[in-house]
Amino acid sequence: MPTALVEKALQGDKLSITHLLTAVESETPKGIQALDLIYPHTGKAHKIGITGAPGSGKSTLVAALVKELRTLPNKPKIAVIAVDPTSPFSGGALLGDRVRMLHIQHDPDVFIRSMATRGALGGLSDRTEAFTQVFDAAGYDYVLIETVGAGQSEVDVVNLAHTVIVVDTPDMGDDIQAIKAGILEIADVLVVNKADRPGVDGTVRNLQNMVNAGHGKDLNVHHHRFLTEKNQEKLEHLVEEDYWFPPVLKTVATENTGIALLAEKIIEHGKFLKDHGLWELKKELAMHEIVSRNLRLALYRRWIEDADKTKLQAILNDLLEKRISPNQAVQALMAL
Amino acid sequence: MSEKKIRILIAKPGLDGHDRGAKVIARALRDDGMEVIYTGLRQTPDMIAEAALQEDVDAVGLSILSGAHNALVPQIIEKLRGNGQNNVYVFLGGIIPEADIPHLLEAGVTKVYGPGTNTQTVCRDIREAIAPE
Repeated sequence: MPTALVEKALQGDKLSITHLLTAVESETPKGIQALDLIYPHTGKAHKIGITGAPGSGKSTLVAALVKELRTLPNKPKIAVIAVDPTSPFSGGALLGDRVRMLHIQHDPDVFIRSMATRGALGGLSDRTEAFTQVFDAAGYDYVLIETVGAGQSEVDVVNLAHTVIVVDTPDMGDDIQAIKAGILEIADVLVVNKADRPGVDGTVRNLQNMVNAGHGKDLNVHHHRFLTEKNQEKLEHLVEEDYWFPPVLKTVATENTGIALLAEKIIEHGKFLKDHGLWELKKELAMHEIVSRNLRLALYRRWIEDADKTKLQAILNDLLEKRISPNQAVQALMAL
Repeated sequence: MSEKKIRILIAKPGLDGHDRGAKVIARALRDDGMEVIYTGLRQTPDMIAEAALQEDVDAVGLSILSGAHNALVPQIIEKLRGNGQNNVYVFLGGIIPEADIPHLLEAGVTKVYGPGTNTQTVCRDIREAIAPE
């Protein structure tokens, strides 16, 4: 067991943290065991997701936000996980978010780690959640997760962040864009960045209309099957006061405009979640996602190892020669 | 188990503002399947070492066109080692006079590349130097 490494990471030793992150990302046996040791030490950090279109200013906003949060009286330690896409052709990646974060990288209590998606499609890497656990256990009070430049459906961040910030810019689309399902729906705070540009008031208005129309409906759409009874109950009996009203804020991240208010709203949202019993509920929803995903992978792996290879081939042949449909193939495979 | 990717920091220490070379190399390494962290212009040795630590890179590529390599490069290597990153592969590109190269190699640089270097040579050198675990 990587006990020594984990212990040093828990004490905040940066070299151990950085090695641990690499082991976790590469899914080495050491990395997998380390996560088992770390898990009991997690649960304190406020996880904040920042998502939005490419070029909307996410990295600059993150840097400004980190600087602002660092001025809080308790001088919180802050980790940033900056995700950028992996090339589908070479498997390589150019991770450039640090370029916008130069002025916070002198700070010894800020840890920035870039991460490539490595083929995952939801706006994060499959290991991003594990990274948040490492930082959480290592004593970082806030963990900021910056997704890849998102389109409309890269919404995975909602499953692991307590607070989701969606960054928009003026003139990104008309009011029809604002009522589509997807990324705008997951926001706890909506930010219109580059608010010194023309069209900002129209964008703010569209977003506000969207928020007003959708208020009170968000949590009802989740259908989760293995929540604890307590939280199942909670989810079924949410009252009007349990719905957070997502504010729409204007910022100019390059000039630090609007950042103090953004920080304030994030902290307020964290407090709201705790006061309404939703912090625990969110944690459980996140755990549900992780466990069900890993379970799916593990079951599949065990199934494919155990499956009779001759019968498997026969079913595949039937499928490819159109004797059975994909649905019928699944039925046949389940019966193996 | 997912594959361990080679991670590389490409940095421009000092005050010159010409980053085309750094970007060309960053792109070439990306196309070779590596994860490249690009930090931008005007980095101090402290900033580069801190970024290399946080990103747990296997290699650091420095691009210097200002002539300040003799001062900056040994400082950066010293700070990398000071942080406990003893095995990081350091390579250097830019306008580096022949006469300075022995001193830089002695300071811990593994390769020095001048103008006109084939990017495939750089990729191959890195892959050869960084054996997979």
